[in-house]
Amino acid sequence: MSGSRDAILRNIRSSLKRGRIDPKTEAGLRARVAAHRRNLIPARAAALDRLQTMELFVAMAEEVQATVTRLSSSSAVAGEVARYLAAENLPAELVMAPDRSLDAIPWAEWPLLQIRRGRAEAEDKVGLTSCFAAIAETGTLMLISGPQTPTTLNFLPDTHIVVVNSDQLVGCYEDGWDRLRTSGPGETLPRAINFITGPSRTADIEQHIELGAHGPRRLHIVLIEDDETRRSVQDADQPAAPTH
Amino acid sequence: MRAISRNFEDNARAGLANDNLQQALGLAQTGFPLRRRLAINRLPEFEALRETGRSIKDHTLEYLDFYLEFYESKVLASGGKVHWASTPQEACNAVLQICRSVGAKTVAKGKSMVAEEVGLNEFLEQNGITPVETDLGEYIIQLRHEPPSHIIAPAIHLIKEQVAETFRAEHRSLDPDRSLAEPRQMCDEARAILRPHFLAADVGITGANFLVAETGSSIIVTNEGNGDLTQTLPRVHIVMTSLEKLVPTLEDAGTLLRLLARSATGQEFSSYTTISTGPRRAEDLDGPEQYHVVLLDNGRSALIGGEFQDMLRCIRCSACINHCPVYTAIGGHAYGWVYPGPMGAVLTPSLIGIEAAGHLPNASTFCGKCESVCPVKIPLPKMMRSWREREFAAKLSPPVFRTGLSLWAWIARRPALYHVLVEVASRALGWAGRGRGRFRALPLANGWTAVRDLPAPEGRSFQSLWAERQKTGAAK
Repeated sequence: MSGSRDAILRNIRSSLKRGRIDPKTEAGLRARVAAHRRNLIPARAAALDRLQTMELFVAMAEEVQATVTRLSSSSAVAGEVARYLAAENLPAELVMAPDRSLDAIPWAEWPLLQIRRGRAEAEDKVGLTSCFAAIAETGTLMLISGPQTPTTLNFLPDTHIVVVNSDQLVGCYEDGWDRLRTSGPGETLPRAINFITGPSRTADIEQHIELGAHGPRRLHIVLIEDDETRRSVQDADQPAAPTH
Repeated sequence: MRAISRNFEDNARAGLANDNLQQALGLAQTGFPLRRRLAINRLPEFEALRETGRSIKDHTLEYLDFYLEFYESKVLASGGKVHWASTPQEACNAVLQICRSVGAKTVAKGKSMVAEEVGLNEFLEQNGITPVETDLGEYIIQLRHEPPSHIIAPAIHLIKEQVAETFRAEHRSLDPDRSLAEPRQMCDEARAILRPHFLAADVGITGANFLVAETGSSIIVTNEGNGDLTQTLPRVHIVMTSLEKLVPTLEDAGTLLRLLARSATGQEFSSYTTISTGPRRAEDLDGPEQYHVVLLDNGRSALIGGEFQDMLRCIRCSACINHCPVYTAIGGHAYGWVYPGPMGAVLTPSLIGIEAAGHLPNASTFCGKCESVCPVKIPLPKMMRSWREREFAAKLSPPVFRTGLSLWAWIARRPALYHVLVEVASRALGWAGRGRGRFRALPLANGWTAVRDLPAPEGRSFQSLWAERQKTGAAK
């Protein structure tokens, strides 16, 4: 179909009343692409401190029917997962990403949790993953595919539990892109980048919103606050110290 | 898809007389516009984002040849392939060839308006491949053998009782006495029925909301998660898309994404926004082994540089459709092709020709709501006027209409004559209608009086009253 390729490009150029663009213009366009220049970022997601970022993320995620539990340490994650599954009347069985960042969690302390590591299969009911970033602007989780982070975990099981570390919180999508460009897997983007904002939903029958159309019915976020956010939470709770 | 836009007037009459449709449209009329308004009220930058969105799209179109080649090189670098298609036939053939190369029997499909445009389902079926629509709305209308009536809510023309009836007729292995009274139950039933199809499909076909030149990626924006299952589980992922979906960078996509969900469903962000780049990597545990992009032109390249270029900015949010008083009265099927509402009234004649779709640009009250809600500021009323002029110039409108319009134009260009005639006519009609104050029938005005009364003029024309007022004012 190279014939069509040439024909389409030729048609475009003839519609634009020019030939191929000149080298100088081309260099300018290449520079525009390479610059990653940001367009307008909504004020709500710009210049937030750590605490504000977290508060906005939690508020926005809860608004779209995700549930959020805040923990002070990763050592409490396994207990929280067991509590959540029991509270939702779900079996204590889950498939977990073979993700090294989840290894530090003391899963063995909760022997009743049956955990398989790997990609999700059709029969899996609960999936557990980490995330790459959590975007405050709209309460959105950013997950990337990779050998340790298979995409099927995000979509096949009925329930998706996501562990978020507070140093993964960012303000806007563009902050997520920048992190990916500096600390991502390489030159090419990962095969899939999933921005997840609340559980799956549909309004295709009479505009009636129903959760769990094809993807997860439940999205539970376990947010681990680090010392800094916890300190700022405490500061915010305390009246300001007198300065005189 | 075969166009029946030519029959617009009959289609519209049928729509107005369809009680189920009117009930369904009543629900749609309030839902989308209200949610959009609430979302936009929360984002003070929305107007500025519209302006940025417009300039991003305009910039891309100005250098579309460069960005397409750049995009293709990045797709290749990530291990994918681009299939350029000038016509719907070429696009269908490209898909079929890929399906045959892997011996595909069934195809799972995410929502794609470009696939509707090229009539992909019908073509695959004719060639022995079964396509299964997985978006709930698309699935419902596939079972009913109907085309979509809306670009983001394809089954918006149906009420829940009709969906229940369809499920009962098609899902025959299930208990015939089960309850299907609520959308929740139908949603669960479709989920259970479709899950094995995702797992069994050899090929997954999705559309794309955006293509990103910088990274060679395709982006889909969905809520159900069916698009993601479609492009993750089967061995092959095909993206059916068209060349105006391109934007230069991820940052540019970010701006348009902020506009899209808010304009469409009034969500801050859709449940799932997914950026796909190439096939699975060597170490990955899941994802498709092949990644193909079928890139359709179908007349779009000819719109660049002309008076309809602005239409190529469209991001298919459906805000113009949701706010259109004509669409919300007659529904999407009346438009007779893939794209309904104001965007369809402009795009359809651009893609299938004014001869086949000449009525559509007339389906407007010119209230201007479509342009005022468009996230990329497409001047839809202006372009509908352009199409009307072309329809007139091509002598496609009915002879009576053309003669009448020519006569009126001849008189309107002679103000003195015009004023005399208007004065005479309004006095005569005012006198004739002085009893009831309105006419139930009037020669030559049957088109109006067949469905409503014509109010009788007060007896004097505005011009003569104004002239008198100026005179008495001056006398004071």
